[in-house]
Amino acid sequence: MTERIPRVACREQDPKLRAHNFEEVCLGYDRQEAMLEASRCLHCKNPRCVGACPVGVKIPEFIAEVKSGNIDRAAAIIAEDSSLPSVCGRVCPQETQCEGSCILGVKGEPVAIGKLERFVADNRSGDSVSARAALNGKKVAVIGSGPAGLACASDLAKWGYEVTIFEALHKAGGVLEYGIPEFRLPKDTVLKRAIDEVRSLGVRIETNVIVGRTVTIDQLMDNEGFNAVFIGTGAGLPKFMGIPGENLCGVFSANEFLTRNNLMKAYRDDYLTPIHTGSKVCVVGGGNVAMDAARTALRLGAEVHIVYRRTEAELPARKEEVHHALEEGIVFDMLTNPVEILGDGNGWVKSLKCIRMELGEPDESGRRSPVPVEGSEFEIATDTVIMALGTAPNPLISKTTNGLETTRRGGLVADENGATTRPGIFAGGDAVTGAATVILAMGAGRTAAKAIDDYLKK
Amino acid sequence: MYRILSKEMLTPNICRMEVSAPRLAAAAQPGQFLIVRADEKGERIPLTISDYDRDKGSVTIVTQKIGASSSDIVSYETGEEFCDVVGPLGLPSDFVNRRDDELSGSRYVFIAGGLGTAPVYPQVKWLHQHGIAVDVIIGARNKDLLIYTKEIESVCDNLYICTDDGSQGFQGVGTAMLEKLVSEGIKYTQAVAIGPMIMMKFATMACKKLGIPVTVSLNTLMVDGTGMCGACRVTVEGKIRFACVEGPEFNGYDVDFDEAMRRQGQYRAEETEAVEHHKCRIGRGK
Repeated sequence: MTERIPRVACREQDPKLRAHNFEEVCLGYDRQEAMLEASRCLHCKNPRCVGACPVGVKIPEFIAEVKSGNIDRAAAIIAEDSSLPSVCGRVCPQETQCEGSCILGVKGEPVAIGKLERFVADNRSGDSVSARAALNGKKVAVIGSGPAGLACASDLAKWGYEVTIFEALHKAGGVLEYGIPEFRLPKDTVLKRAIDEVRSLGVRIETNVIVGRTVTIDQLMDNEGFNAVFIGTGAGLPKFMGIPGENLCGVFSANEFLTRNNLMKAYRDDYLTPIHTGSKVCVVGGGNVAMDAARTALRLGAEVHIVYRRTEAELPARKEEVHHALEEGIVFDMLTNPVEILGDGNGWVKSLKCIRMELGEPDESGRRSPVPVEGSEFEIATDTVIMALGTAPNPLISKTTNGLETTRRGGLVADENGATTRPGIFAGGDAVTGAATVILAMGAGRTAAKAIDDYLKK
Repeated sequence: MYRILSKEMLTPNICRMEVSAPRLAAAAQPGQFLIVRADEKGERIPLTISDYDRDKGSVTIVTQKIGASSSDIVSYETGEEFCDVVGPLGLPSDFVNRRDDELSGSRYVFIAGGLGTAPVYPQVKWLHQHGIAVDVIIGARNKDLLIYTKEIESVCDNLYICTDDGSQGFQGVGTAMLEKLVSEGIKYTQAVAIGPMIMMKFATMACKKLGIPVTVSLNTLMVDGTGMCGACRVTVEGKIRFACVEGPEFNGYDVDFDEAMRRQGQYRAEETEAVEHHKCRIGRGK
């Protein structure tokens, strides 16, 4: 048997350099590298990667086109199942989805499916690949312009619906705009192009409309003639730990910290937005948001520690983000749990009091649950504490719309097609599931689009 | 874009603007606020709504030059446009959701300080239109800093003006006036204090002493104003609350004002730097 080609490494900015700038970390494949990497695909008869993709992208088929250099044809194949390949190629947790099921991964390195997807999305020649049906005279309101809303709106527009997206912030994109940093997802190039494509399908995006405050769903349906509504408002409410000292100055939610820097561009000199790091920052949490906040603080010039109660093996963040964070010099304080934030007497953070943890029995998530080691409290001196503990759905809409039921955790009740407890109103993404991933939200948006189409054709 | 329909300087540093924002005007209620972002590079600045005209589709805002961003807002002229105006944010005042029979027999007193006088106006107007007795105490350092006196006078039962230097009306702070009125036998069922955090703290203490329930409107830091960032969190009754979605009005007795004041100044160092930097930019011709 011939030697297998090793996985083609993707060029990245040098860690020392990128620790001081907000340009994208990963530089992407060039054509030659992409074609070589594509040639590694075995084209399995039963491609497990497709089954592991939440939206079922026909992975071996698009990779075959890349291998022969037909980038536009590859793009068309991806577009059949995914609306945001330039985004998903960058932010999907490939290691637990497509690449995690790649047969090559059993003995070696899986095919770099994410990097190939990104290559195709960035390098296709034309914009929006799909055609639009004639307008059918029906109007759909989509609430929220994050991944769920964009995906739902795109499909409905292609099928001839007149779609308006209502966005609460001043810029479209949802978490892709306010949450994910520039160095992972460039806004003015990649994200703007993705959103422009949605607009080019005829989707109207009205910013500065907070549904539940500026206008209610009932008003949209009764007064503005919308025949159906999709709620893709995400999970925007930050969680705190409930420990003493959380309201001290210098304690921020990751949402605030990231929104200031991403949406409000605090890192740029020409914007007025203030942001605070001090010289040392502790980020509490181990997910992607924690990594994003930590790496942002690092780039703003601080020494950064990630404080997480389990071990590196349990970190819920994408592997690549953890790897990049370590390379950039972020310190990981594992098996460490904050118990109190101590102030300096003027109301500012002085230190984070933590307790050492050890791993006990597995909990319902299957992960070994952390148990405090008695008497092991210690202090980490720090200027800033950023809480990245996850987010919950915003109750604004459920509270102001009649007939919408929510779960105990605040998510909207919706069936597998996204239908809520009120006819004509559909929902999907984090607003239903609580904080999850971009690809799951996008998938839910597309499923709901289908259900809305069925509902309005009845 | 949101066009400025009219602009008027109320004092050398405070201006009133009527801004076209039809959706917002249609939904606004007393007690709510909005966010303005003047241009692409500006901050999102929370401002109170000092009036709304549903027919015209406009809202009125009153802004004081404080930092770089608020000075930017004040520098706009009639006919120019703000990049973003969003709202209404927060919950309407508690009385808006009460039935008239619940409110009948009430006697409200508003204690307004400085810029906080502007948002008092729509609340007083609403109560007046619903036939509720309402007195207003407006306080300022001197007579040149008084705003909205005529507007409020036309919709309240009694207006009391207080200045620190005695240049107009009663010499002293608003709470001293309140104590005087109560000692003269007026019975208020509800007080509402709106103004600088420190003034609301003292107003709350005075009301507590006089046994009057008091509502305060907290002007905390905010980014999005929809519950997403948590910058606005305050401790109320020992619990963390978000002023943007659960407020801005709270029972004054329950608010930790000292913490709220500290949190309000959280970005002071960065903001001073921004003002300096901004001056340089203006110097270079923006």
